[in-house]
Amino acid sequence: MKDKEKWDILIKPNSNLFEFRLNEVWKYKYLIAMFVKRDFISVYKQTILGPLWFLLQPVFTTLTYLLIFKNIAHLSTDNIPPVLFYMSGILFWNYFSTSFLKTADTFTTNAGVFGKVYFPRLTVPIATIISTFISFGIQLFFFLIIYVYYLIIGEVHFTIGYASIIIPFLIVLMAILSMGMGTIISAMTTKYRDLRFLITFGIQLLMYATPVVYPMSIVTDPKIKLLLYLNPMTSIIETFRYIVLGAGSYSPSALLYSFVATFIIAILGIAIFNKVEKNFMDTI
Amino acid sequence: MSRVAIQVENISKMYRLGSIGSKTISEDLNRTFARILGKKDPYAQIGQLNDRLSAAHSDFVWSLKDINFEVNQGDALGIIGKNGAGKSTLLKILSRVTGPTTGSIKIKGRVASLLEVGTGFHPDLSGRDNIFMNGAILGMNRAEIRARFDEIVEFSGVGNYIDTPVKRYSSGMYVRLAFAVAAHLEPDILIVDEVLAVGDAEFQKKCLGKMQDVNKKDGRTILFVSHNMAAINNFCRTSILMEKGTIVDSGLTRDVVNTYFSSVKTNGGEALEKDILVSSQNDSLKFKRVALVGNAGVSNTFGLDEDIVCEIEYEVIKSNTKVVPSIQLLDKYGECILATFNAPSSTIGIDRYFGEVQSQGVYKTQCVLPKHLLNDTQYFISAYLSSDINFSDMTAAPEVLSFQMIDTGEMKQEYTGNWNGQIRPKIQWSTIQLS
Repeated sequence: MKDKEKWDILIKPNSNLFEFRLNEVWKYKYLIAMFVKRDFISVYKQTILGPLWFLLQPVFTTLTYLLIFKNIAHLSTDNIPPVLFYMSGILFWNYFSTSFLKTADTFTTNAGVFGKVYFPRLTVPIATIISTFISFGIQLFFFLIIYVYYLIIGEVHFTIGYASIIIPFLIVLMAILSMGMGTIISAMTTKYRDLRFLITFGIQLLMYATPVVYPMSIVTDPKIKLLLYLNPMTSIIETFRYIVLGAGSYSPSALLYSFVATFIIAILGIAIFNKVEKNFMDTI
Repeated sequence: MSRVAIQVENISKMYRLGSIGSKTISEDLNRTFARILGKKDPYAQIGQLNDRLSAAHSDFVWSLKDINFEVNQGDALGIIGKNGAGKSTLLKILSRVTGPTTGSIKIKGRVASLLEVGTGFHPDLSGRDNIFMNGAILGMNRAEIRARFDEIVEFSGVGNYIDTPVKRYSSGMYVRLAFAVAAHLEPDILIVDEVLAVGDAEFQKKCLGKMQDVNKKDGRTILFVSHNMAAINNFCRTSILMEKGTIVDSGLTRDVVNTYFSSVKTNGGEALEKDILVSSQNDSLKFKRVALVGNAGVSNTFGLDEDIVCEIEYEVIKSNTKVVPSIQLLDKYGECILATFNAPSSTIGIDRYFGEVQSQGVYKTQCVLPKHLLNDTQYFISAYLSSDINFSDMTAAPEVLSFQMIDTGEMKQEYTGNWNGQIRPKIQWSTIQLS
């Protein structure tokens, strides 16, 4: 019987919405590694400072925030040295916004390759969150050096305890969240191009709905507080500051909410992404 | 026993003309509701077959409609048809770049496709990195690619530039590398679409040779789309002919190619001004009529023992124009067999208008293709009008007429089988005893 034969590839018009084919993505792990290498190299190729840009970005942003939000606006930093306060927020927010924006552009920037060959398209956003993670790692290391400096001069006290084991979990959560949101947008931008303009300034606005330049402790109105906690990034950044810098808030329920929200967004994102990848070439 | 490598069942693909995606969100919602209710797409009902030449009646066209075929493992299948027949769409679906609207395709093994040039190369990466990248796209790991790396570099002939970013490559080098990667990474199924149109003749030959190796020696399956009928004919045992999104003929390549050509031109040995499609236009010269005349008048079939008169009627629109008429005789694969024009040193007798400036008016020029020159097969005539002897500014009517030569029995009294070759002149033979 023909039907009993084993076929390697089956092409059909509509696949099940929640058929993720993640095992296929796993088969292409070497491709993901190549994409990561490509992303990492090509960003700073033909620049003079090269990888130094990874550090210059957060440094300059920190200095700017220091000037505006600390010295001009006099916003509280929860008694943490402002440099550490801003840098920790910028670190996380940069990672989130970079991989979100990059993932959201997946189809448009890769239209050339996607139009010619098949491979699981999900490899591209996965590679994106990994390659962005490399620069995040470098920045995190830099942050720790500055942290140690502040420890030595005694402006912060060492508070890192057992709770620090959840830091990797926070980072992974943030990575998956940015990918989930990015894939949803990327799938929709193939049809509605307007979204691309919307998200570039939308992500800037979203930063102010995240405790990057201010601590949650200065938010007193419970309604606004609830609103801010609806943003899954809020508890991720707050928890990180709480663990490393000893100030900020830590609430298991808020963290659990972030986890559940991320999970739902990611599932939804991948499902929409898989649906769109088949026919997007006809619409782009 | 030959196993089926590709099985295509009822594949159709619908495109929407004019706009991209749905026009309105309400249309999107309508579709979604219809799908939830298990009805057909309300906007899909009014699709029509794809025909470039007539204006579409609806916003939707079927670029492919009910395509069915099978390819056995180790076969080379040619896909031929006019531009817009759906060949490339079919290959895109087969290589999973886009999805079908209905139907299913089952494939055994790994597929590599060469659609257009430089499949999936990244301009910033070096040739070396791109080889690895391309291999990875095909689902291979580092070790598998490394094992074939040297062979790829050697075949592509870009060895000196292997560490240069491919954005600095010439288009020829680009294609060479792209083809080399795809052919050497040993996919079970190789899909090739017109890539051979780029690159020089030597490399094209090399590519065809490599494809033949991959196909015959390694027993891999190949799908090949090309307008080069000679290449298809040499390379693919079986072919399918597509027209307006459907398969109109399939079988042995030789037969399918013949069907293709007979479907292209059936103008009965005569083409009038309104039927002549010109590919370039000299402002002062216009075709009025091109015809072939044999013993029985205008015709598109001639005996081998018949003189064929090719008549070209043209109009000189601006006075004081020199006119150089010429024709080319092509075989059924579109390869030129002979070219001729009315210069005295290349003709029998002298055309009194050669080199003269001509005043406004309609002229008729004719030449004779002598009997006992051609074989009993199909030929094309291309006609050209130029106002100078360098053939720079021409009114060109490529493949304006086709005709069939028939062996009426005159030369097949001893041998009756197929006669090879594009020409069949009567040749003098003699034998003497030497010892």
